[in-house]
Amino acid sequence: MNAFLHQLASGAALGGVYAIMALALVMIYQATQLVNFAQGEMAMFSTYFAWKLTDLGWPYWRAFAVTVVVSFLGGVLIERVVVRPFAKAPVLASVIVFIGLSLIFNALAGWLYGYSVTDFPTPFDGPPWFGQRAMSAHESGSILVSLAVLMLVYAFFRFTPLGLAMRAAAQNPTSSRLVGIRVGWMLAIGWGLAAAIGAIAGMMAAPIVYLDPNMMAGVLLYAFAGAVLGGIDNPFGAAFGGFAVGVTENLMGAYVVGSEVKLSVALAIIVGVLVWRPSGLFGRRLVARV
Amino acid sequence: MSGAILEVRGLNAFYGPIQALFGLDFAVEEGGATALLGANGAGKTTTLRALSGLIRRQGDIRLGGKPIAGLSTEAIARLGVAHVPDGRGTFTELTVEENLRLGAYVRSDRRGVRRDFERVFGYFPRLAERRRQQAGTLSGGEQQMLAISRALLMRPALLMLDEPSFGLAPMVVAEIFRILAAINRDEGVSMLIVEQNASLALDLADRAVLIETGRAAMSGPSQTRGADDAVRRSYLGY
Ligand SMILES: Nc1ncnc2c1ncn2[C@@H]1O[C@H](COP(=O)(O)OP(=O)(O)OP(=O)(O)O)[C@@H](O)[C@H]1O
Ligand SMILES: [Mg+2]
Repeated sequence: MNAFLHQLASGAALGGVYAIMALALVMIYQATQLVNFAQGEMAMFSTYFAWKLTDLGWPYWRAFAVTVVVSFLGGVLIERVVVRPFAKAPVLASVIVFIGLSLIFNALAGWLYGYSVTDFPTPFDGPPWFGQRAMSAHESGSILVSLAVLMLVYAFFRFTPLGLAMRAAAQNPTSSRLVGIRVGWMLAIGWGLAAAIGAIAGMMAAPIVYLDPNMMAGVLLYAFAGAVLGGIDNPFGAAFGGFAVGVTENLMGAYVVGSEVKLSVALAIIVGVLVWRPSGLFGRRLVARV
Repeated sequence: MSGAILEVRGLNAFYGPIQALFGLDFAVEEGGATALLGANGAGKTTTLRALSGLIRRQGDIRLGGKPIAGLSTEAIARLGVAHVPDGRGTFTELTVEENLRLGAYVRSDRRGVRRDFERVFGYFPRLAERRRQQAGTLSGGEQQMLAISRALLMRPALLMLDEPSFGLAPMVVAEIFRILAAINRDEGVSMLIVEQNASLALDLADRAVLIETGRAAMSGPSQTRGADDAVRRSYLGY
């Protein structure tokens, strides 16, 4: 029983990481109808940046905060410099840009930090928070951080004028411009937020999956599976999907298929959902008059 | 200074390489209303798009004397040009209230915004009843009311309307035009109004411009016999 709870808890911890990565994917998808395949490698690069800061002796939370801010700015910059010029190009051109970006970040990380697998610190060490030892302190902390990110993002989009303007710009760019919203900047800020969320995902994942330039490849795939499962046009469906995929993956890995093939579970989920329900569990059935 | 809020001279506009407007001249008086008339495909929508900077354009466009022909759509909106586009431009997935808040997006005078909410709800009580409803589920008439209200929340120096009567029942059209007249006469909001229904538009407007294939065929005060005759001949078909 305890072993089962333990598997459930580890699944939920990684599931939280998938959930916020899925949220980052959805944010860019909603504005551009494109899946940013470079999201994982951008997050990995941010995580290395944080590692470098802690390696220099910075306290964890200061390194965390600075990494989030720098990642935000980096995301804005990437959108302005690399993505923007292809805004009107065919979809395939953007896909190639994303693949190029992920190769560049992967190579850059390897070149700067090497390919060896490294430990990454967690601020949540020490004894488990809950008596049963089913869940390590890092797992508990990581779940809390993921939930906090989800809530902050929700509050931002729901309650702030900037969040409203970003939703408007994603839905109807022309009408947005006609009320004075700088649509181009909204997209850049979306990229910044996605990069910042990805950085948090990377920093929460790294103590579990360890730090190496390929650490986020699997995470991105699971996040994508979660997004497809929940509905790629619904942020909170996608986040739910992320958690569900994390738990499923872990239980399957432990009890059903073994951890070697559990990555294929993610692919099976993607294909299965696309066949059975293309809009995902919570994909929006648009209520609109025509 | 002249008494014109909008002055347009030699306006050309283009869709890609194709020229759609050829040297258009007209004006909207401060506090006045100019009707932009013409047959289907004459270039009325194109004129509004050119003024808002949604398409490539050349020529001299002045808003309150200030040249705006080189500005972006966002910048023109921030100067107080509120454009209610054809098709109404509803943010269909947002609520009625969120649509209205977007109209006030660039304003920082909270109290004034709250007063303007009251004001548009006074004109269109139906929007107040539906403020939490998803805007895409509103009827066509309600969406037109929402589009006009969203524009009013911008506190516009110039309100540009593209066929506000399009696809609506006569009673709804009458209600909307009664309110537009009130907004123009009582509040002094200047308007540039595109309309298929020429007699409605000429009732509201103090000036009219008739466009034929991208050129101004006639322009002048809307109440003269000449205007009516020219409109009828070239456009109403009798
Ligand atoms: N997006 C576009 N791309 C290319 N040409 C266009 C485009 N929109 C309009 N045109 C052309 O520009 C000309 C003017 O069209 P416009 O839509 O301005 O007419 P309109 O006067 O608004 O007509 P209606 O009364 O039917 O709305 C037409 O010849 C039309 O075919
Ligand atoms: Mg038109």
